[in-house]
Amino acid sequence: MLKLKTIIAAAIGLLMTFQAHASDKFITVASTTSTANSGLFDAILPKFEKETGIQVRVVAVGTGKAIRLARSGDADVLFVHHKPSEEKFVADGFGIERFDVMYNDFLLVGPKSDPAGIKGSSKATDALQKIAKNSSLFASRGDDSGTNKKERALWKAASLDPKSASGGWYRETGSGMGATLNVASGMNAYAMTDRATWLKFKNKGDLTILTEGDPALFNQYGIILVNEAKHPHVKSALGQQFVDWIISDAGQTLINDYKIKGKQAFFANAQPGS
Amino acid sequence: MNDISEAFSTALHLLISLDADLIEIVGLSLQVSLSAVVIAVVIGLPLGAALALFKFPGRGAVTIVINALMGLPPVVVGLVVYLILSRSGPLGVLGLLFTPTAMIIAQALLITPIIAALTRQVVADLWVEYAEQMRSLGSGRLRAMPTLLYDARFTLVTAVLAGFGRASAEVGAVMIVGGNIDHVTRVMTTAIALEVSKGDLALALGLGIVLIGLSVSINAATYSVKQRAEAVWT
Amino acid sequence: MTHTTPISTHNVPANDVMPEKTSTPSQSSKILPLRVESLSFTAKGEHLLQDVSFELSAGPRTVIMGPNGAGKSLLLRLCHGLLEPTSGSVRWMGGKAREATMSQAMVFQRPVLLRRTVAQNVDYGLKLHDVPRADRPQIIQDVLNRTGLARFAEKPARLLSGGEQQKLALARAWALKPDVLFLDEPTASLDPAAAHAIEAIVQTMHDEGTRIIMTTHDIAQAKRLADEVIFVHKGRVLEKTPAEHFFDTPECGEAAAFLRGELRW
Repeated sequence: MLKLKTIIAAAIGLLMTFQAHASDKFITVASTTSTANSGLFDAILPKFEKETGIQVRVVAVGTGKAIRLARSGDADVLFVHHKPSEEKFVADGFGIERFDVMYNDFLLVGPKSDPAGIKGSSKATDALQKIAKNSSLFASRGDDSGTNKKERALWKAASLDPKSASGGWYRETGSGMGATLNVASGMNAYAMTDRATWLKFKNKGDLTILTEGDPALFNQYGIILVNEAKHPHVKSALGQQFVDWIISDAGQTLINDYKIKGKQAFFANAQPGS
Repeated sequence: MNDISEAFSTALHLLISLDADLIEIVGLSLQVSLSAVVIAVVIGLPLGAALALFKFPGRGAVTIVINALMGLPPVVVGLVVYLILSRSGPLGVLGLLFTPTAMIIAQALLITPIIAALTRQVVADLWVEYAEQMRSLGSGRLRAMPTLLYDARFTLVTAVLAGFGRASAEVGAVMIVGGNIDHVTRVMTTAIALEVSKGDLALALGLGIVLIGLSVSINAATYSVKQRAEAVWT
Repeated sequence: MTHTTPISTHNVPANDVMPEKTSTPSQSSKILPLRVESLSFTAKGEHLLQDVSFELSAGPRTVIMGPNGAGKSLLLRLCHGLLEPTSGSVRWMGGKAREATMSQAMVFQRPVLLRRTVAQNVDYGLKLHDVPRADRPQIIQDVLNRTGLARFAEKPARLLSGGEQQKLALARAWALKPDVLFLDEPTASLDPAAAHAIEAIVQTMHDEGTRIIMTTHDIAQAKRLADEVIFVHKGRVLEKTPAEHFFDTPECGEAAAFLRGELRW
């Protein structure tokens, strides 16, 4: 019986050590897997933490999930890349104000053999039409993320409904960008990905960039402070500090300076004082 | 094949260099899973023993449910705990989401049925053997509980190890309720999942090898201690 | 129930020499006599025990005999309270229910010992009987000495030989100072030397006032130990007679056949 008491005491001790962290200064930022996997946060957040002493805890999930987290009050700041959803978030009263932060672009990648012949297309919709016409395998995230919403918008703009071919040549993985690229790599399928994730991705297999540069592939990131009127516990003061920093010269410079394999991954475009 | 050999060398390198991130992640993994095991033992042992010893209406149904819960999908447990701990959920005010405590709670829920179900079986079998003598000596069922649990201690260690194995191997629950936050809630399994999603399969596999190695070490140590003790306390 | 009186110090040999057969009546019993009335036990439609009635008063060593499957072990368990009768009653005329339970002990054919030391196994019974912690070590020491197990006190009980384990089971019962001791074929699994040792301890306990009620299928053993015999056959008690009378001139034909070795079940 003595052993049991010791075990219980040890267990409580273990749990207590975790609660100690709870009193540290930190904010929770709901962001996306593509942003996190790019390595941007690992590069710039330590600088913010050092300056302000505020620990930034990033929960990286799909855009849809990130927005839901913020709506539930489980995050203090929302940092995703789907402007329509972000604006709705603010309009519904869950966010104070939306700010542009940075942009990069999406790419269409696919097997080097390029069976659908999309290489060099100037318009993304042209490329998608060729893929559909050829019934070439296409791996979609299918997870309601910013990337996924963008992809679906492009199909729509190309007057196509790939969902009718879901399970056929259109494969919806329901997963993050990396997992989807793994699938694409594994079955030599086409896919749409953001440039930063692509640069960092290590399992490219036979895939390569086939279409880029179309303005329709533009990918804008925005940041929003969660509205404490909806969720009183939100760390507004600390969160505001982070938002201010990201769109300040200091934050913007760091974003521009971040390189993957020597190439700039994100282009800062916050409007000063918006 | 290339990935696999690269994985082994990665694992070796991580271990030999005592990579700081790795140490942190391993430490957190152990803290979370061991804490979950402790909670599961505190609840599961008496629960299993009581289920074995006391007859009550619906006992069969409860036994079936607990046995079935052994197969709880971790991602489902994670989802349920997330909904409860979310700020918009009933226990949101506790602010436990995305903390190691939330992960411990989720894993404890996951493995308590395992420990309870295995304990129930062990204690029931032992009671068949001991009941007459213990009752003759004056022990009722309630008093018999700690006696039987202690007498079955070696078999119960195996049940506890099974629970620990399940906890340290799962990723679904801790990913959802922990958020895989760097330096805060990143454990071995979520780190592996992250590296897979980055396409760094060699590193992911390397971490996997470290995780398996850890599990093997713990089991080996427990086994040798248990063997020696069991020889004495047949 | 407090244990303030130490185990009585008759001049009892601590080794395995068999003392002479004596039949000292139980000195003081709080719960005897035991009255069994119209006791019946049915399971799965089978009448395993039918309409059994007898009374056991303080004094003699009772041995219950009969062929395999006659119902001896069942009868013992019903008397001890491990089973509930289908009909009829088992009543301890001398005391209340709880006291009756705590004043009895039972030893089974195979000893059931916990995964603890020899001393801890004895201690377990004392704990269950709420014996004060301060008194226990002395009681344990006494009883282990008297059963020849003192040198094994700290040894894991289950590492002992079969005979020693059964001695421990007896020691554990003895430590409780029971008014009544039930034994169900206690030496059936033991070699003759071990059986001999067990019989010696049983004899000592009888001499010190414990009422012995035992089953056996070993006729020679019964002749050695019994003062009275209850003969059971196919769930009925056919005879209850003093030992000499039973072995020389049993009343019923089945008993006679049994003694001749003809009645197997």
